[in-house]
Amino acid sequence: MCLAIPGRLLNKVDDSRGTVDLGGITKEISLVFLPDAKVGDWLIIHTGFALQTISEQDALDTISLLQEAYSTAKD
Amino acid sequence: MTAPVNLNHFRQPELIGKILQDLHDFQRPVSFMEVCGSHTMAIGHWGLRKLLPRNIRLISGPGCPVCVTPASVIDELSRLKGITIATFGDLIRVPGSRQTLEQARARGADVHTVYSPLEALELSKQGETIFVGIGFETTIPGIAHTVLEAARLNLADFSVLVLCKLIPPALKALLSDPEVKIDGLILPGHVSVVTGTQAYEFIPDKFGIGGVVTGFEPLDIVLGIKKLTNQLGAPQISNEYSRMVSREGNQVAQAMMAEVFSTGAALWRGLGEIPDSGLQLRSKYSSFDALAKYGLNITADQENTACQCGSVLKGKIQPSECPLYANTCTPANPVGPCMVSSEGSCAAFYKYER
Repeated sequence: MCLAIPGRLLNKVDDSRGTVDLGGITKEISLVFLPDAKVGDWLIIHTGFALQTISEQDALDTISLLQEAYSTAKD
Repeated sequence: MTAPVNLNHFRQPELIGKILQDLHDFQRPVSFMEVCGSHTMAIGHWGLRKLLPRNIRLISGPGCPVCVTPASVIDELSRLKGITIATFGDLIRVPGSRQTLEQARARGADVHTVYSPLEALELSKQGETIFVGIGFETTIPGIAHTVLEAARLNLADFSVLVLCKLIPPALKALLSDPEVKIDGLILPGHVSVVTGTQAYEFIPDKFGIGGVVTGFEPLDIVLGIKKLTNQLGAPQISNEYSRMVSREGNQVAQAMMAEVFSTGAALWRGLGEIPDSGLQLRSKYSSFDALAKYGLNITADQENTACQCGSVLKGKIQPSECPLYANTCTPANPVGPCMVSSEGSCAAFYKYER
């Protein structure tokens, strides 16, 4: 039930509300827990509330550390 | 539209295979608990249990809010007349002693499935409305904000049936049970977005086992298990979901939860009462308390005596070891709490592991 889905912030109505693109569906969500979210940010959304911005860099760092550890890079 | 993170990175068979190969070199028999129902589903979906060596046992924990909600809630809501019930879809097919909320709706009750608790505020402008507030830390901040909005808008016909539960006190109770033998915890991804990893830091100190917060992709989970094997003997809380989770969590959300709710004991279906694991509205918001407003009486359920859900939720047995599993207890006709929601341990086992 704690499923949360990613969406990209398209615009901010004000500091506490914004519109997100959820894979093609546009929906207004609450930014009350993420007032500093910026247009273009990827957010993780649960029951209509943005809970966190998603760090792509962190994801890529995790992967490259693993690839290094297991030397899976194709030569 | 580009994705935030290319999930194919987390589904690379070659990389996952190498980590699994490492795990097959690990000889010690261990039991790791995945606390969260969404992890249970992901482990089943990706067939990970079968890919692990036999000595690494994954057991499913109590992290399904629907499963641990007493069925007496459904009976109490069903007896109310002329009041709108707003609930998340997850709860609507849970059987009470006589009917589900879906069946009550078919018989004329005004039951609405909502995506966000804020929708219940709109419904309350048409007439008395109860929002059924189930959920863990992922969901609770949104419910807290909804209560604050109801207060700001002075919505006298809105109330919330607070059934929210907290994960860290439940883990504390579980790990304090001498019959529970767990060597490490796969900690919930999205609960931790709100709580931060700090919420679990008592676990290595107090119970001598480690935990890893991880995501829901197969690489996330396999990597989490690898971390737990590395930590044996030097337990700590690791964060393998740093693309979303921080040590501090979402402090705005935490502050709003604390503003609206105080903590107290809560009744967990299958586990009984757990101290400090529940929430109640603070006195300044008590006019929105559906329990008091409608005199609802949520009691422990009289479960079928053969039902082993209590042992399943504590990881003492696998669902298939219960005599009712896949026999009289199925997803279509659930007897115990672990079968009532698709994220319950028994329902996930029935779907993926039979």
